[in-house]
Amino acid sequence: MPEPISLMPAPPQQRPRWRVWAPPAAAYAAGGLLYAVNGRLWDTLLWDVVGLDPASRLGGALHFFLYDTVKILLLLAGIVYAITVARSFITPERMRAMLGGKREGVGNAIAATLGVAAPFCSCSAVPGFIGFVSAGVPLGVTMSFLIASPLVNEVALVLLLGSFGLGPAVLYAVTGFAIAVIAGLVIGRMNPERWVEPFVLEARGRTAVAMAGGLRPAWSDRLDLARTETVALLRKIWPWLLAGIGIGAFIHGWVPEDLIATIAGSDNPFGVLAAVALGVPLYSGAAGVLPLVDALFAKGVPMGTLLAFMMATVALSVPEMVILRRVLRPRLIAIFVAVVAAGIVAAGYLFNAVL
Amino acid sequence: MDVTILGHGCKNCDALEARTVEALAGLGRTAEVAHIKDDAQIAAYGVMRTPALVADGRVLVEGQVPTAARLAEILATVPAT
Repeated sequence: MPEPISLMPAPPQQRPRWRVWAPPAAAYAAGGLLYAVNGRLWDTLLWDVVGLDPASRLGGALHFFLYDTVKILLLLAGIVYAITVARSFITPERMRAMLGGKREGVGNAIAATLGVAAPFCSCSAVPGFIGFVSAGVPLGVTMSFLIASPLVNEVALVLLLGSFGLGPAVLYAVTGFAIAVIAGLVIGRMNPERWVEPFVLEARGRTAVAMAGGLRPAWSDRLDLARTETVALLRKIWPWLLAGIGIGAFIHGWVPEDLIATIAGSDNPFGVLAAVALGVPLYSGAAGVLPLVDALFAKGVPMGTLLAFMMATVALSVPEMVILRRVLRPRLIAIFVAVVAAGIVAAGYLFNAVL
Repeated sequence: MDVTILGHGCKNCDALEARTVEALAGLGRTAEVAHIKDDAQIAAYGVMRTPALVADGRVLVEGQVPTAARLAEILATVPAT
C-alpha cells in the first residue's frame, strides 16, 4: 500500500541517517557497559581504594547510595527514552477514535490499557479530558483512563522489575489496571455528569470536532523528542531520586529492623491503611519512592504494604488534583481520590494475605 | 499567515511561542502570534495535547516543543497569503 498522501510536503532531511541514529546507539552502549560494571566499580572503589569495611554501617549505606543512584539513573534514562519513542506512535486522537462508541466495561478496559500504555503528561490532562468527553466517550470510561495513567507508572514498573523481579512487577501492573477499570465503572454509575464543569459537556456532540494531529513526525523528530523528554524528566526528578536513595541508604544502614517491623510489619493490621494515608499527601514520582521501598523491603516490611504505599504516592497527587479542578467539581475530585484510595488499600491487604 | 499558540501559559507553551516568533523572524515573515489559553477554545481545535501551534486554522504541532530551526521548516510549508 502506498504511503498516505500527506497535506504537507515531506520535511527536508536535515541530517544524514547515521547522524540521527549514532548518538542514541552510542549512549545505550555506554550506559549498558556502566550498568554491567556498576556493582564491581563501587566494590573496588569503596573497599579496595578507600578502604571502608563492607560490614560497617557507613560502608553499607554509602555503597547502597552510590550503587543505587547509578543503577536507577541509567535504568530511567534508558527506559524513558525508549518509551517516549514508542509513545510517539500512539496519539490521543487515535485513542479517542478507538474509544468512541464503546460500551462501558469494554470501554473501561480499553481506556485503562491506553492509560497504562500512553498516559497524558499532567499538562495535557485537561485538553485530553475535554477531547475524550467531547467525542462522546462516557465519563466513567474517561475516568478509567485518568486513573490508570498515573497509577500504573512505567518508571515504577521497570524499577520494580529491576529490584524485585517479574512477580511484584506483574502484580503491580495487573492490580493497578483492575483498580482503574473498577473505579471507572463505579464512578460511571454515580451519574458523574453533574460534577463536571458545564463547558466540557457543551463541547460534547459538537459535530465538527476538528481532527487535529499535527504534522506526521520524522524519525529524527521522534528521537529529538525522546531526548528532550528524558533530559527534562531526569532534571525534574533527580532531587527526589537522591532524597529517596539517601533515605533508603539511611534506613539500610541505621534504622533497626525491629522498629520498622512494629510500625509496618505484617503483625500490624493497620499497616496498609497507614501506608496509604501517609502516601496520598506525600507526592513524589516513582523514582523517589522505589529506593525507599527497596530499603524497607529489606527490613521486613511486607510487599503488599509497600506496593500500596507506592501506588498512593504515585497515583494521587495534589498538583494533579489542582489541574483537574479546571474541569471537575471538587465533589468528583473527592470521589476520585476516595475510590482510588479504597482500591489501593484493598489491593494492599489482598497482597499481604496472598503473598 | 495566522499563527496561534494553544496552551495554558505553562513553561512549554511560552517556549513554543518564543521559538515560533524566532522561526518566523528567521523566515522573514510577518505574522501576529496569538496565544489562546481558554480550555473550551483549545478543545474547539480538537487538540488533546498542549502546547499546540496552529497556522491558518491547521494544527501543525501538537504536544511538543520543536526547535526554532524545525519550526522554521514546518512554518515554511504554509503558503504565504
